[in-house]
Amino acid sequence: MYQVRLCEIIQKREIAKNQIEMLLKNKDLANEAKPGQFVHINIESEAHLLRRPISICDIEGDVVKIVFEIKGEGTAVLAKREGGVLDVIGPLGNGFDLKKGKNAVIIGGGLGVFPLLYLAKGLENPKIFLGFRNKDMVCMEDDFAKCGKTLVATDDGNYGYHGFAIDLAKKELEGCDIIYACGPAPMLKAVKALSEETGIKAEISMEQRMGCGIGACLVCVCKTKNGYEKVCQKGPVFDASEVEF
Amino acid sequence: MNTKVNFCGVEFENPIITASGTFGFGYEYSQFYNLDNIGGISVKGLSLKPREGNPPPRIAEIYGGILNSVGLQNPGVENFLQNDLPFLKSKYKKCKIIANITGNSIEDYVAMGEIVGSSDVDLVEMNISCPNVKQGGAAFGTNAKTAEEITRRVKEKCKKPLVVKLSPNVTDICEIARAAESAGADALSLINTLLGMKIDIKTRRPILHNNVGGMSGPAVKPIAARMVWQVKNAVKIPLIGMGGIMNGDDAVEFMLAGASLVALGTANFIDPYAPIKTLYGIEEYMKNNGIDDVNEIIGGVKPW
Repeated sequence: MYQVRLCEIIQKREIAKNQIEMLLKNKDLANEAKPGQFVHINIESEAHLLRRPISICDIEGDVVKIVFEIKGEGTAVLAKREGGVLDVIGPLGNGFDLKKGKNAVIIGGGLGVFPLLYLAKGLENPKIFLGFRNKDMVCMEDDFAKCGKTLVATDDGNYGYHGFAIDLAKKELEGCDIIYACGPAPMLKAVKALSEETGIKAEISMEQRMGCGIGACLVCVCKTKNGYEKVCQKGPVFDASEVEF
Repeated sequence: MNTKVNFCGVEFENPIITASGTFGFGYEYSQFYNLDNIGGISVKGLSLKPREGNPPPRIAEIYGGILNSVGLQNPGVENFLQNDLPFLKSKYKKCKIIANITGNSIEDYVAMGEIVGSSDVDLVEMNISCPNVKQGGAAFGTNAKTAEEITRRVKEKCKKPLVVKLSPNVTDICEIARAAESAGADALSLINTLLGMKIDIKTRRPILHNNVGGMSGPAVKPIAARMVWQVKNAVKIPLIGMGGIMNGDDAVEFMLAGASLVALGTANFIDPYAPIKTLYGIEEYMKNNGIDDVNEIIGGVKPW
């Protein structure tokens, strides 16, 4: 059931360069949301009309945490909001299936790290591999570390492992029976390849430019074995074996 | 206060409908409100066979609007007749269902007109103006002669009132409008989207995988209003006006310009309740201006 939820913005802070964390208070949204789902936010700009789809990072009590990057003018408008109420449709999308395996590996890259925290909290001792552009962008390492062994990689190597998170993960796959991943398309493509190579199932969360967010407009599709599927409705989480890159 | 509008013999509860391609087959938005509260819906463009649509990205945001290049992805007319139409007709008694049809050839359109014209739909809207497909679509709607021929041939087989949806991407929209009217169109709807483009200056790539796409939203509203007004003066058949309508004031503007019904498209994406709020807006305008019958607004502009 789709619903508009009015959420009170109870906190906003920049957790890394241009990475904005917002805490939204709405009991129903917090109760219903599952790891990997997203909210579609009306930014109330007459110039930048579209809602912004932003993944749910974490939930504590009746507070939903979202994190987004200031990328363009629309997200800049949203980042300027101080307090007040946000018009949000959600929770949307299917979310991750937490019952697909017992020994999970989580791989996150860049912005794709954020939707994985609530997932990590719901899993038993997952191994977590996070990739960031550089040291300044590294965030939430401690939050993830509370859920399981967490290793960080940076593209330039000035913090943690020099390289990609997936390369770190490859060394720690023993006993793993499910991979959860979110990040840029090249990373997800590599996760799909890794899944095929090792026979370990993988769930990947896809990103696409979105319109209505509820399945009516057919713009946010990704290519799958069954043709173009709506990321907002069939996804954003897909079995890696279904997605075609 | 009367908000009913008789359009081609079909009684609409009110002049608000939703634009094809922005509302799916009604399932999604019907979770926000009862569709019987609006006049009707125009369903996603239907073709004889299922269509895959264009590769993503299919949407780009522009100042005051969007570009899209969905490319008429749809599950095909049979699926609509077997699943969606029975659902809509059993659940909604007042909301009128407009089947939007498309094709690659005149024969496709004729077959589609015959098939959906023999079903339970209330009206048939023929899309000869989609800018996002290579074959068919706008190719038929940008030339008066082919627009005339396709309208005449579909009209011969289609048993339901036929609305021809016009493209704004023409030199003279009135010429196409007159051609469709002379071929027997019962009504016209306008405007379809304007062809546009947006380029990412960092990657030098167009945002849309199709490179170009259809522009909609408030940014196109003055053009759409102008075209509705011009076409109203060129033909006698009734019009469905659309193009950037976001609220009651916008809807009244289009009705004053000559639209009997008004459609909301892009507005749905921002606020799912936009059609309902637009209806309230029209009613408020009527109240504030002492208008008892919404039909009094239609074509009521006083040009200089």
